[in-house]
Amino acid sequence: MISQYAPTDIGPPHYWDRMPKMSQDNYGQWQYHEKVKPGVLKHVGPAGALYTVRAASPRLLSIETLRWFADLAEKYCDGNLRFTSRHNVEFLTSHEENVEPLIAELEAEGWPVGGTGKSLKNLIHTQGWVHCHSAATDASGTVKAVMDELFDYFKRDDLPAKLKISMACCLNMCGAVHCSDIAFVGVHRKIPRVMDDAVANACEIPNIIAACPTGAIRPNPKAKSVTINEEKCMYCGNCFSVCPSMPIADPEHDGVAVFVGGKVSDSRTGPAFSKLVIPFIPNEPPRWDSLVAAIKNLVEIWVNNARKGERYGEWVERIGWEKFFELANLPFTDKHIDDFTFSLKTFRTSAQFKFTDK
Amino acid sequence: MTTSKARPMLDELKKGPYPSFVKEIEKSAAKNEQAETLLDLLEDSYEEKRVHWKHGGIVGVRSYGGGVIGRYTDNPEKYPAVTEFHTMRVNQPSGWFYRSEDLRTLCDIWEKHGSGLTNMHGATGDIVFLGTTTDHLQDCFNDLSNAGYDLGGSGSDLRTPVCCVGPGRCEYACFDTLDFCYNVTQNYQSELHRPMWPYKSKIKISGCPNDCVSSKARADFSVIGTWRDGIIVDQKEVAAYADGGMDIQSLVCDYCPTNCIKYDGDKKEIKIDNGNCTRCMHCISAMPKALHVGKEKGATIMVGGKATIVQSAFLSWVIVPFMPMNKENDYEEFKDFIEKAWDWWDENAKVRERIGELIYRKGMAEFLKAVELDPIPQMVNHPRENPYYFWYPEDFEAEQAKKMEVAE
Repeated sequence: MISQYAPTDIGPPHYWDRMPKMSQDNYGQWQYHEKVKPGVLKHVGPAGALYTVRAASPRLLSIETLRWFADLAEKYCDGNLRFTSRHNVEFLTSHEENVEPLIAELEAEGWPVGGTGKSLKNLIHTQGWVHCHSAATDASGTVKAVMDELFDYFKRDDLPAKLKISMACCLNMCGAVHCSDIAFVGVHRKIPRVMDDAVANACEIPNIIAACPTGAIRPNPKAKSVTINEEKCMYCGNCFSVCPSMPIADPEHDGVAVFVGGKVSDSRTGPAFSKLVIPFIPNEPPRWDSLVAAIKNLVEIWVNNARKGERYGEWVERIGWEKFFELANLPFTDKHIDDFTFSLKTFRTSAQFKFTDK
Repeated sequence: MTTSKARPMLDELKKGPYPSFVKEIEKSAAKNEQAETLLDLLEDSYEEKRVHWKHGGIVGVRSYGGGVIGRYTDNPEKYPAVTEFHTMRVNQPSGWFYRSEDLRTLCDIWEKHGSGLTNMHGATGDIVFLGTTTDHLQDCFNDLSNAGYDLGGSGSDLRTPVCCVGPGRCEYACFDTLDFCYNVTQNYQSELHRPMWPYKSKIKISGCPNDCVSSKARADFSVIGTWRDGIIVDQKEVAAYADGGMDIQSLVCDYCPTNCIKYDGDKKEIKIDNGNCTRCMHCISAMPKALHVGKEKGATIMVGGKATIVQSAFLSWVIVPFMPMNKENDYEEFKDFIEKAWDWWDENAKVRERIGELIYRKGMAEFLKAVELDPIPQMVNHPRENPYYFWYPEDFEAEQAKKMEVAE
């Protein structure tokens, strides 16, 4: 009799047989790589060269598209492909002559090739309104609108440095967008609504209290629920994540905040968090025009002013944040000065600064 | 099923040069009612500027507590087909390498059991099957398992470990990230599938300090490839870069954070003071043909990284400056370390407290005792700036013992 339950704990399939033969033959012995052109890499080892053709994907992919990727891999790459941490699909082939026909077929169907070297990388993002309970904005839609506008930067690799833009639809920041050159994040601005009866029925009070970063939540023993101190709540939504009976979504007041200057790699200056530059932009579906214009401005001032080799944050640190706000033509407000746990180290403790006109 | 309904908001997002997620949903909607309903729900979200999803409600497959995320619409009367619309996380192969037939297998299973919509991949690294009903979960799992796939992590468990492409396609790889990721994932299957910790715990593995999987920013345990000896210089290739017109002084040397690389323009040669090199990778990334990572390779183990919730975002910090990554001994040193760290965290953490937050609350000294490591300067940017530190009985005992030794 066949068991009703298949084996558990078998773990992921092994990677070895899923790699191209060239990767197996050069395994651990790669000598160097070349950036052939935007979207095409050539990695060389003793056994020969492996070509990578990188195409952007919106991460949300239907199985119809995946089957077409499989067709292309069979047609041009002996069946080999992989995906990247930024949701690109990469076709891997040792046949140099297949690179251009593959690119032509991808682009003809609307799958752009690019995003290597000193280019705008594919955007990473979260689920948004497509599938998440706590989203303060949509993810796929904002990303589509921003990428349509910045599309040329994905296709060229002559920017000052690589440019990583990332999106998260709430402060949970799935995907850790907090260390990106430019990050835009869905934000709430009103406190959660406490549905006392539902909280009493469905939620663990100590968990809700522990979930609050600012100690704004107190037990309400009478109602077997909680109360929120409006003055302390900064709308992170973490209590809603542990207790669905405290909804925080608010169409009137939800929107997007923008941070810049983060990075992860150790190159030169080490990893850094992104910093707040625009506290709020309203949700404007379907094309989020104000958000798109703001991000375009942020990209352009970097492209036009940074030195060759400077990531976004490295450029801002060199010119100073006061200069950056002037150059970006952005208001500096009370929201920009940190008042959370680690705020003190962000205050300027020297009289060295630059004067600006505003 | 029909996709002819007017959806003016979503139609706007079918235009433009970047691939459209709306078209992707439509492709699945042609065959699947849940995907069709998703379009209607999404159009309403765009009109109303709000989500139509609820979380909560434990769903899953037999013997596991993680791997499936329960999802329900908040308006089942209006969107009955997505009354249940759960996510399944499927553990990806190391390095996200696939053969075309692997993709076809996954597609066939998901066509049979779900919406036909995927994420390749989720933020953690899993293959994400997006949207199915409760009654399909076990059957879908059975088909996956019989095809050689398993679920990834979710909830308060070990999340699916993830690694960069490593020795499969990169000359910077300082250890076998693909093997290490596979080994660790297989070794901790129960921790991955059965949530029993205070909160999630993540392992992310990068073969060099460029950190292509953003390990330092989001993993409790960041494994970063590095080397102890010097950068290997191929002077012939240095000269070739110079002859090709590269401004080596300004693009390579001037960006060196420790000023340890010198270029001799007459000889077209580079000299590196390796004792002062901090292995930032800038020069190697700028001249990959001429400069290569050293020969004595291993990994730096960093601890504590996480996103914003609850106490603020943390970047991982150095705990073990150099750990050899030996396949031969089954990465025993790493496993020994992480098990001690997990035990201490599990024992001491509050609900929803990541290990970085616990170390911050309790102090590094306590953590180092738990993992049996001595403090060393590589762990900090600089020493303490205040005089508020503790003395313990064992400090005085050690002092006394030293005095006795001298007296003898």
